[in-house]
Amino acid sequence: MSTATHKLLKGATGDWEMVIGMEIHAQVTSNSKLFSGAPTAFGGEPNSHVSLVDAAMPGMLPVINEQCVRQAVRTGLGLNAQINLRSVFDRKNYFYPDSPQGYQISQYKSPIVGEGEVEVELDGGRTATIGIERLHLEQDAGKLLHDQSPNMSYVDLNRCGVALMEIVSKPDIRDAEQAKAYVTKLRSILRYLGTCDGDMEKGSLRADVNVSVRKPGAPLGTRCEIKNMNSINFIGQAIEYEARRQIEILEDGGQIDQETRLYDPNKGETRSMRSKEEAHDYRYFPDPDLLPLEFSQSFVDELKAKLPELPDQKKMRFVADFGLSAYDASVLVAERESAVFYETVLDRLANRARDGKMAANWVINELFGRLNKEGRDITGSPVSAEQLAAIVDLIGEGTISGKIAKDLFEIVWQEGGDPRALVESRGMKQVTDLSAIENVVDDIIAANPDKVAQVKDKPQSLGWFVGQVMKSSGGKANPQSVNDLLKSKLGI
Amino acid sequence: MTDLTSLTLAEARKGLAAKTFTSLELTDAHLSAIEAARALNAFILETPDQARAMAREADIKIGKGDGGPLAGIPLGIKDLFATRGVRTTACSKILGNFVPTYESTVTSQLWRDGAVMLGKLNNDEFAMGSSNETSCFGPVGNPWRREGSNTTLVPGGSSGGSASAVAALLCMGATATDTGGSIRQPAAFTATVGIKPTYGRCSRWGIVAFASSLDQAGPIARSVRDAAMLLRSMAGHDPKDTTSVDIAVPDYEAAIGKSVKGMRIGIPKEYRLDGMPAEIEKLWEAGAAWLRSAGAELVEVSLPHTKYALPAYYIVAPAEASSNLARYDGVRYGLREQGRNITELYENTRAEGFGAEVKRRVMIGTYVLSAGYYDAYYLRAQKVRTLIKKDFEDCFAKGVDAILTPATPSAAFGIGEKGGADPVEMYLNDIFTVTVNMAGLPGIAVPAGKDAQGLPLGLQLIGRPFDEETLFSLGEVIEQAAGRFTPERWW
Repeated sequence: MSTATHKLLKGATGDWEMVIGMEIHAQVTSNSKLFSGAPTAFGGEPNSHVSLVDAAMPGMLPVINEQCVRQAVRTGLGLNAQINLRSVFDRKNYFYPDSPQGYQISQYKSPIVGEGEVEVELDGGRTATIGIERLHLEQDAGKLLHDQSPNMSYVDLNRCGVALMEIVSKPDIRDAEQAKAYVTKLRSILRYLGTCDGDMEKGSLRADVNVSVRKPGAPLGTRCEIKNMNSINFIGQAIEYEARRQIEILEDGGQIDQETRLYDPNKGETRSMRSKEEAHDYRYFPDPDLLPLEFSQSFVDELKAKLPELPDQKKMRFVADFGLSAYDASVLVAERESAVFYETVLDRLANRARDGKMAANWVINELFGRLNKEGRDITGSPVSAEQLAAIVDLIGEGTISGKIAKDLFEIVWQEGGDPRALVESRGMKQVTDLSAIENVVDDIIAANPDKVAQVKDKPQSLGWFVGQVMKSSGGKANPQSVNDLLKSKLGI
Repeated sequence: MTDLTSLTLAEARKGLAAKTFTSLELTDAHLSAIEAARALNAFILETPDQARAMAREADIKIGKGDGGPLAGIPLGIKDLFATRGVRTTACSKILGNFVPTYESTVTSQLWRDGAVMLGKLNNDEFAMGSSNETSCFGPVGNPWRREGSNTTLVPGGSSGGSASAVAALLCMGATATDTGGSIRQPAAFTATVGIKPTYGRCSRWGIVAFASSLDQAGPIARSVRDAAMLLRSMAGHDPKDTTSVDIAVPDYEAAIGKSVKGMRIGIPKEYRLDGMPAEIEKLWEAGAAWLRSAGAELVEVSLPHTKYALPAYYIVAPAEASSNLARYDGVRYGLREQGRNITELYENTRAEGFGAEVKRRVMIGTYVLSAGYYDAYYLRAQKVRTLIKKDFEDCFAKGVDAILTPATPSAAFGIGEKGGADPVEMYLNDIFTVTVNMAGLPGIAVPAGKDAQGLPLGLQLIGRPFDEETLFSLGEVIEQAAGRFTPERWW
């Protein structure tokens, strides 16, 4: 499926290709859990968000939370995926204290969402299309606390029963860059949809990464699964390490054991967690407490109609309507908050069609640049979308020059205030009145006969004159007017 | 007023309304009877204080004229039903002294309608058994004995405590549950009336689960009318149980005495087993004759997949049970047997907490769901289940209104007599009842006669989904014809 050239790893015996598939667990944004009314809020005293159902008290029964179903369907639509009007909840049976029922309610044979695809952006404007195998709903587990007592472990069931979407990709990913781009894109789509907050640090988004290697064109190799990755950078590092480890084994004449591994970010290596032989027999079977999950096409259509604009659509619109480059548009839409910021700027512009592209440049170069430098994110920007729009307006209408605008931006960043009022009160207005700058131009021409002679032969050196005029006008002269005036006076 | 215990529920309701006696008097009479009948081991927990408090409250309401349909009626509750603040164990050691903070939907509806709780009733551990011998509180005695014998017999199971208590006049009615025959078989063994309603008719919320796709609550009562009154309160849609069905609950009592003239009653030929005792055969014929003389038409029908029902049941039910019972792990409530690590804690707790029959079914269930066996066992059993369901559908589609069968292949047997060496011997008790659970249909057991040793025998009527009313109409015809059966008091 990959349409981009991807990275091959060099080994002693030649090039190796990585084959990567991912299972992403995304916590569904919902007020209550998948099968109980207990709240899903993060934090809280241990075991304070636990219902009788979550604690698996005798005789308790699960009842599906419709909000979670809607979120799963919306996510499926966002992934251009098949929505299954009938799906089935199964029990995945295993014993562990973080799973009070003794089974996890999941979807095994009939998931709520089937095949779909995601286009990801790579360096240098390349893209790759990654297939989605399925998305299903399941319960999250509780948490074990091992540090509360020297000889006992404690159980916190606050997270137990919270809805997760497991999003399974096809083995279409071919290198670490694609893997990182895939998680980034998926996270972006989920955040646009508001179906998952994507907070990897809090564990709202975690990935299991399946890695195998092969000689290009050869059949699939044996894979290893790296569990529970919660950082995009670690995913990249773990894949690189794991692929190298497998290549080394294979080139030494060994074979890969199918196993589950963990990545240790401190040591930068993966290590074995359990082998295939130790894998559980989960004894899946349809949960008899729950009827098959069925809904109508009109239920899906209604959700589809109310879906927000997603990053790919937004990007295309930015390119088409404002002439943004594909790259700039990608930068703006990558994070929902950035796109929202840019669109708020657009909303406030006096002339969107004229200044939309300039606004994008200002958001990306001036604002993002400055934010990056200070390690802040867009939500903490000292310059608001309204203020930035006002600055762009002032440039667009010719009230200030781009150079002055940078000074103005700096003032707004540092001190705040209404840009238009600042321009007024601090006399930053661009001088477009030709008579006001004519004297300056005449003085400069008179004082520099050698340059005047030079510019007749080499019109490119006109820039020197423009610079001089701008300097003596304190930057307030309109560069275009200066240019025109100089040309006519110099006769070029 | 010792004879207050011999009233039917319908009679007691009249007496209460007419203020002939109070609920407190009625309740006290039953509490005394319970105390005097401890030898039967039907009640495993008596709640006299709560009973009297509820009775007093009912009397006040009756006095004001706003008592509910069951106001002041003292009932026994199978220990599978969670009762708020009252120990609930499913008669398993593994639940220890578990006291729920919640009330099952079915019992809360009974209390809503004014009923009084006398205490908790014995049952087979987690409702797994057909004799009430697997209870961690020990077996229950059947109030019936063979003529001229002192041998204590089983009351059937799993709702053995419910059936014994109702037959021995310890309570006016009892809640019960039925997964493969656990209401109907003990009712038949004790000359009481038991109905398993359509799957989805009663909420399962707050009932300790055995096999979720088969479990259904229902009453055991002294008469068909009493059963109808109780079911009306127990039934109803519950948003907390997604498998409960949102269909209005009819006034079942109105079906009592309704003419059965012109109804078509099927006699399934596959239920005529080889080596079936002649007296069961005779009973069945008698039942058919009674219905015929009431104006019903008797027709032979075929339910061709009947013989696969019991084996399929003993795959589906244990499979679900093995998963449903996984929550009893010693971590959060109930029994905990320590170990050096979590695996040992699980093993020790479950080894100590579960009885032999429960362990056997957990093992069977785990096996049939295992990778490599799932298709051959579980999946195939589910296919059989579909065929069994279709057998009944075909039958009803041909205009059959209900099906008449024996309730059990024999009368009650002695404690320890069956299933010692071969568990299948015990499982065969459910041969006539499991099909009904597999198909999700309603089934009622009504006392119909006695065997040669003077032990009660029952007949079963199977109805269309959500047509319990027809079963009550037909059941009452049999009840009227067969008469009432009361055991000689020996306890």
